[in-house]
Amino acid sequence: MKTNDVILQTVTKITLFIIILFSIHLFFAGHYYPGGGFIGGLMTSGAIVLLLLAYDMKTVANILPIDYKYMIGVGLLFSVGTGAGALLFDAPFLTHAHSHVLLPLLGDTALHTAVLFDTGVYLVVIGVTMTIIQTIGEDE
Amino acid sequence: MSLLHIAIISPFLLAILVPIFYKLFKQVHTGWFVLPLPILLFSYFISYISNVSHNRITTESISWIPSLGVDFIAKVDGLGLLFALLITGIGSLVVLYSIYYLGKDKEQLNTFYVYLLLFMGAMLGVVLSENLIVLYMFWEFTSFSSFLLIGYWYHREKSRYGAQKSMIITVFGGLSMLGGIILLYLMTGTFNISEIAAQSSEILNHSLFIPALLCILLGAFTKSAQFPFHIWLPDAMEAPTPVSAYLHSATMVKAGIYLVARLSPVFAESGVWLWLVAGFGIITLFWGSFSAVKQTDLKGILAFSTVSQLGMIMSLLGIGAAALHYPSIDDSFYTVATTAAVFHLINHATFKGSLFMVVGIVDHETGTRDIRRLGGLMSFMPITFTLALIGTFSMAGLPPFNGFLSKEMFFTGMVRVLEMDIFNLETWGLLFPILAWVASVFTFIYSMRLVFKTFTGKYQPEQMKKKPHEAPLGMLIPPIILASLVIIFGLFPNILSHHLIAPVMASILPSLLNDSKEFVVHISFWHGPTIELFMTLGVIAIGVVLYTTFPKWKSMYDLHPEKLTLNRFYDRGLDLVQNGSFKLTKTYMNGFIRTYLVYIFTFFILIIGASLFMKDAFVVKTNNLAPIGLYEVVLALLIVVASITILFAKSRLTSIILLGAVGYIVALFFVLFRAPDLALTQLVIESVSVSLFLLCFYHLPKLKREESRIGFKLTNALISVGVGVVVTLVALSSHSNKLFESISQYYIENTYEKAAGKNMVNVILVDFRGFDTMFEICVLAIAALGIFAMIKLRLTRRKEG
Repeated sequence: MKTNDVILQTVTKITLFIIILFSIHLFFAGHYYPGGGFIGGLMTSGAIVLLLLAYDMKTVANILPIDYKYMIGVGLLFSVGTGAGALLFDAPFLTHAHSHVLLPLLGDTALHTAVLFDTGVYLVVIGVTMTIIQTIGEDE
Repeated sequence: MSLLHIAIISPFLLAILVPIFYKLFKQVHTGWFVLPLPILLFSYFISYISNVSHNRITTESISWIPSLGVDFIAKVDGLGLLFALLITGIGSLVVLYSIYYLGKDKEQLNTFYVYLLLFMGAMLGVVLSENLIVLYMFWEFTSFSSFLLIGYWYHREKSRYGAQKSMIITVFGGLSMLGGIILLYLMTGTFNISEIAAQSSEILNHSLFIPALLCILLGAFTKSAQFPFHIWLPDAMEAPTPVSAYLHSATMVKAGIYLVARLSPVFAESGVWLWLVAGFGIITLFWGSFSAVKQTDLKGILAFSTVSQLGMIMSLLGIGAAALHYPSIDDSFYTVATTAAVFHLINHATFKGSLFMVVGIVDHETGTRDIRRLGGLMSFMPITFTLALIGTFSMAGLPPFNGFLSKEMFFTGMVRVLEMDIFNLETWGLLFPILAWVASVFTFIYSMRLVFKTFTGKYQPEQMKKKPHEAPLGMLIPPIILASLVIIFGLFPNILSHHLIAPVMASILPSLLNDSKEFVVHISFWHGPTIELFMTLGVIAIGVVLYTTFPKWKSMYDLHPEKLTLNRFYDRGLDLVQNGSFKLTKTYMNGFIRTYLVYIFTFFILIIGASLFMKDAFVVKTNNLAPIGLYEVVLALLIVVASITILFAKSRLTSIILLGAVGYIVALFFVLFRAPDLALTQLVIESVSVSLFLLCFYHLPKLKREESRIGFKLTNALISVGVGVVVTLVALSSHSNKLFESISQYYIENTYEKAAGKNMVNVILVDFRGFDTMFEICVLAIAALGIFAMIKLRLTRRKEG
């Protein structure tokens, strides 16, 4: 008998975006409130895991055609690149800079290179969790 | 770099070229290319004689490691020159002999001459080095090259056994000698022998003096095959005969003698030195000659004979040290022992070298060395027989050969021990002449057996592999030269005394030579009807009687059971060490991780616990404790209950769930102690790990999936309780011992000021200490790729299909 997961799938469709929004919030709020790249990344991958539970692996691979191993590499590049960028300005490795910038849409915004570093962390955490779960899941 | 240095290292340089000669000139025996070098060196060292006989010492120095006080200083004095002449002179003869002994089609000549040249250079280095570290380097070179030469026919098992045995014993002694050298350096601050000797009276009462003496003597005794380390020498007879003649009779085994003589100025004042050197020497002399009689292999007889003669020289050097304690009496009276040692050193090299070559000829021409198969060769090999006769009669101490003179002087030295009144010599000293006399009787017997059992008696052609005939002339020249030296030194001993023996004695006993005096050495052939002469007559008389009745008392040797021999002891010891270490390793390295964990935790408890109490580090202070709230108590109770339940849970599923519970309670603790970031992370990570545990649980193999409690083991319980207690004690005392204020105030003040953030934890993670975070994400990346690789790359499964 074929199971019908229509309730689960529908609920997933709604909650998925809420979880992703929450994780993005956690990520961006990290510098001022509890949160940050690590927990944000875990939350995002939690959302993808929910998708995996509701649908099968192939469907998720169609929806999100991402090789998570590359994501790990990109994340590491972000972090290391942020650190190495400081060298261009004759500052020690991993020196961060921050300032308030007037952006066209967002108005007065505080920008901080630590966010770029945290983006690296975020991407690596998603990549790592998803690689592990996918690899174990695909294993027979 | 002076000419002297070039002379010392020239054999090493030639050794590089030997394989080239071997490859390029196949039709010429490689030995001819080697032969000129030792002859050249010999004539070079001859030119030093006039210098040395006027007590002029040549010293040349190149710096090697000046910061450690190690320089390659070459020094030619009497002692060094005597050895250098022996090495190069007998070296030339041995090379000539080996050209005829080793066929150029059958043998690997290139390796043979490379090893031989390595040995020659190393030996020259040993005897001409002033610096002890350089001496030690060359010393080990001799051990290695000797190892290679003994194992020259490496396809024979006995060669390999003999090579290994000599290596183990001599390197053991060599290392102990290195220890002695370092102790000497600690006492004197220099590695140079003459500088050490200059301080000898100051270090005499130093606490390291006796250990240094023992270490050095251990090195000398193992190298020179003294009792009980002589056992390697008979097994080294598996080497080709030129090697036995060169290394194991004339040169390498005398390296220990050289060391004792060279360091006599440093140690000889001490009574321990006299007793050890003389005592071990005389025991070796007796034991070597006693064992030589029962040998049936010609080289076996010669090996034990070498052991015994080395013991004789050693004991003479020991007794010679007594002369230092009688400065007032006419010094020629007590120095006779040292003179005898030096003289016999030369004599032994001549007659033993020629005897080995003779034995090699017999082996080469008949195919056997077994004394029971040989006999009646006199008419086939008249020249060889004459040479053997000269050699053995000299060895037995018969006139008119040089062995007679040195044996007389040996008796004189031993008899004079009776007149000494130092170091208890008046009570136990009587043993020296008695043992010396008995040993000489045995020496006489084996010498006669060696020559008469081989060359006279019944000729047994069926026992021999080849039809015996006289050796080629080239093979006979070296022993002829040596045998004629035996006669020349026997008839005209004083050609040596002024030019060679006196300077050598000046090197051994320098402190007796004040006011530019010189040793006057005069060896007289006829010294009147003294007690020594009667001792020699007694040796001959008793020896002849015992030799003729040998078959009757031969069974005496069977009284000594095979089980108690030193060889058996060595073999057993080696076995014991190997099996013992194997068994020991097998007991504690049993392959179970649980056992290793027991070791690790036991050591943890012992080391941390002991240092906690031995350093009085355990303190409990209650003044800076925070008040305990109700929530903390409740959570603590919960976590304790959960942890204990894990231990007694029957099903693994329960354990996993309980572990999850512990994790969530920890998250609650984080909430309670105001760590929101930690709480968030802990919650998510705990969920992930619990699901991974469940995954593992689900895939357990069905066969072994029994549901059972953890078995109770007292050791495990004790160790886990111990670890818990130790960690708790450490935590309590470290909390009570806060030495500094925390640096967290800086972060509180500067999180917004400098880093423009309000979440201090995150700012520390990405900004203040972002470097750590960078590598932690690297750790995560490696873990993910590791899991991916482990699961995807299953090479064995792919192979199986």
